[in-house]
Amino acid sequence: MLDFIPKIPIAEAVSDFTDDITNAFAWLFNPIKNQFGDFMEWSADLLVAIPPIIIILVVALLAFFITGKRIGLAIFSVIGLWLIYNQGLWEELMFTFSLVLIASLLSVIIGVPVGILMSKSKLAENIISPILDFMQTMPAFVYLIPAVAFFSIGMVPGIFASLIFATPPTVRFTNLGIRQVSEELVEASDAFGSTGTQKLFKVELPMAKSTIMAGINQTVMLSLSMVVIASMIGAPGLGREVLSSLQRAQVGTGFVAGIGIVILAIIIDRFTQNLNMKKAD
Amino acid sequence: MPVIQVEGLSKVFGKNTKEALKLLDEGKTKEEILKKTGNTVGVNRASFEVEAGEVFVIMGLSGSGKSTLVRLINRLIEPTEGSVMIDGENLAKMDKTNLRRVRREKLSMVFQKFGLFPHRTILENAEFGLEIQGLDKEKRSKKATEALKLVGLGEYIHQKPAQLSGGMQQRVGLARALANDPEVLLMDEAFSALDPLIRKDMQDELLDLQETMKKTIIFITHDLDEALRIGDRIALMNGGSIVQIGTPEEILVNPANDYVEKFVQDVDRSKVLTAEHIMKRPETINIEKHGPRVALERMREVGLSSIYITDAKRNLKGYVTADDASEARKNEVRDLNEILKTDVPTVSKDTTMHDIFEVIHDSPVPIAVVEDGKLLGIIVRGAVIAALAGEGEVNLNNA
Repeated sequence: MLDFIPKIPIAEAVSDFTDDITNAFAWLFNPIKNQFGDFMEWSADLLVAIPPIIIILVVALLAFFITGKRIGLAIFSVIGLWLIYNQGLWEELMFTFSLVLIASLLSVIIGVPVGILMSKSKLAENIISPILDFMQTMPAFVYLIPAVAFFSIGMVPGIFASLIFATPPTVRFTNLGIRQVSEELVEASDAFGSTGTQKLFKVELPMAKSTIMAGINQTVMLSLSMVVIASMIGAPGLGREVLSSLQRAQVGTGFVAGIGIVILAIIIDRFTQNLNMKKAD
Repeated sequence: MPVIQVEGLSKVFGKNTKEALKLLDEGKTKEEILKKTGNTVGVNRASFEVEAGEVFVIMGLSGSGKSTLVRLINRLIEPTEGSVMIDGENLAKMDKTNLRRVRREKLSMVFQKFGLFPHRTILENAEFGLEIQGLDKEKRSKKATEALKLVGLGEYIHQKPAQLSGGMQQRVGLARALANDPEVLLMDEAFSALDPLIRKDMQDELLDLQETMKKTIIFITHDLDEALRIGDRIALMNGGSIVQIGTPEEILVNPANDYVEKFVQDVDRSKVLTAEHIMKRPETINIEKHGPRVALERMREVGLSSIYITDAKRNLKGYVTADDASEARKNEVRDLNEILKTDVPTVSKDTTMHDIFEVIHDSPVPIAVVEDGKLLGIIVRGAVIAALAGEGEVNLNNA
C-alpha cells in the first residue's frame, strides 16, 4: 500500500539543483573563492605574524577595561592563551579566531538588515521566519556539502557554512528587539514627525541595542562551533587538530585541542556579553 | 477662527469598515456592530472646533475612544472617515511629507507614560523634535534649554530620564513638546500617571504656563475633576461618541443626557460653581435719598433682618440691621451714615462655593458679590445649600 507511489526523487532533485547553481554561478563563486580565500589567508597570516606576547597583552588589557576594570577575565585570558601557546597550538588558534571573526562579521552585516526588514513588514516576517527555522534545525554537517560544491575546500566554504548556520540568531533578535520597543516611544517618534530612517536610527535601533547584542553573542558562538566542524572540509585551525586526533584515535591531542576551543569560546563569549552590558547602561 | 476643526471623524478597527459605518448610520450601538461585523468602533463621527488659546478637554472613561480620538487628530491612527482641518489643511487626507511637516511645525504631543527616550539625556530628549527637523546642535540645544527652564528644569539636563521622578519626567515631556513651539499641544492623559498631589501641582503649572503661552491645548483625561479644573470647554465621550460639549458649568448644570448626569453627580460642585451662579438680585437702599425709616420699611417688605446700602451708582457702602434702624427711627436720626456698618463680607463673582463657605459660615448678613466696588448681587445661606444639593436655584443665565 505504502509503496503505491514510487520513491520521490528529492535527493536527485537537490543534487541537480546544486549542480545547476554551481555551474550557473561559477562566474561568481570562483572569484569569491579566490579573492576572498586570499584575503582570509592574508588576515590569518597577519595574526600569526604578530608576536603572541603582544596579542596576549592586548587581549588582557581589553578584558580589563571591558569588564569595568575587573581583573578576573584578564587573568583568565592570559593563562588560557598562554596555555594554548604552550601546547603549540598558537597558529591553529589564530586561524580559528580569524575564521570566527570574519564569519561573525559577515553574519552581522547580513543579519541586522534582514532583521530590520522583518520587523518592518509582516509579510517579510512570515516568509523569513520558516527559512530561519529551516536553517537552524538542519544538521550543520549538511551545509558542508553544497559549500564544497560551490567553493571546493578550504576556508571559504567554512565561512559559507558558518554564515548559514550562525546568522539566524542575529536576524531573530534584531526583529524581536525592534518589535519590543514600547509603542509609546514609537508614537512619540512619529508624533514629532520622524521619517522612517530617523525613527530607526534615533529610536528603534538604540532601544533594541541590547537585544541585538544578545543575538550577536549567539551568532559568534555558533560561528565558532561551525568553524570547528568546517575542519571536515579543510578549514584550518583548532578543529582540524580535533579531527585528525579523532582519525588517529589520539585521545590526548584531541583533548588539548578541545580545551583550546573551550578557552577561545569562553573569552569570546565574555567579551561580547560585557560589551553588551556596557552598552546597556 | 478655530485652529482645529474636526468634522465627522470616525475610526473603525477591523476589515469591513464600510459596513460598520453604514450600521452606525442606522443608529446601531458599538456592541451590536461588534457582534454583527466583528469590527470595533473606536470613534464615531466626532465633530468639534477648538479656538486659538483654548484648553479643550476630551474626557471619558477607559474604552470611550478618547485616546483613539486624539491619535486621529495627529494621525498616529489612520482615520476611517472624516476630516481634521488645521489652518485650512485637511490632515486626514494629506500625503506623508505634508503630514510630517504639520507634525513637526504645528502639533506636539505629551504622553501618558511620558514617552521619554531612556537612552538620551534630558536635554537630548527635549531636543528630539528639533533634531528631527534638522536644526543644528547649537540652536536646538538653546531652544530646548529654554523650554526646560520654562517647566522648571534648569539643572538636571544632563541626567537620564530614569534618574528623575514621575513629575519631573513629565515636565521633560512637556518641554519636549514646547521646544517645537507648536500651535497645538495634544496631551494624552498627561498627568494620569502621577500621584494626586503632584498631579495637582502640574495642573496648576500648566494653567500658569497657559496664561503666558496661550497655546491651543487638547487635553485628554478620564478624571472629571481634572477636566473641570483645567478645561475651558469639555467634550464628554461615551462608547466612541461625543455626548456633550460645553463649559464645565454647562456640563454640570445642564447635563445633556442620563449618562452625563450620572457621570457628574459625584462631582464636588462646590469647586466648580461660583458666586455668579447662586447670587440673587440685591434689595438695596440708596444712601443719598433714603433714611432709616425707608430702610426699615423695605426690610419688613422682603422679610430680611438687614439690608445693603449703596450710592446712586450702586457702589456698595455697607449695610444696616433692622435693630439699628428702628433704634435710629426712635431717636429721630435721619442720616443712614450714622448707623451704617461697613464690615461687609464680600466675595467676587468668580469665587467658588468652596471659598464662599468660609465667608458665609460666621456672617450675620448675606454675602455681597462685588465687582470694582459695585454690588452685583447677594448670596443667602439657603442658595448655597440648594446649589450643593443640585437643585434649581442655580442660574446659568447669570454667567
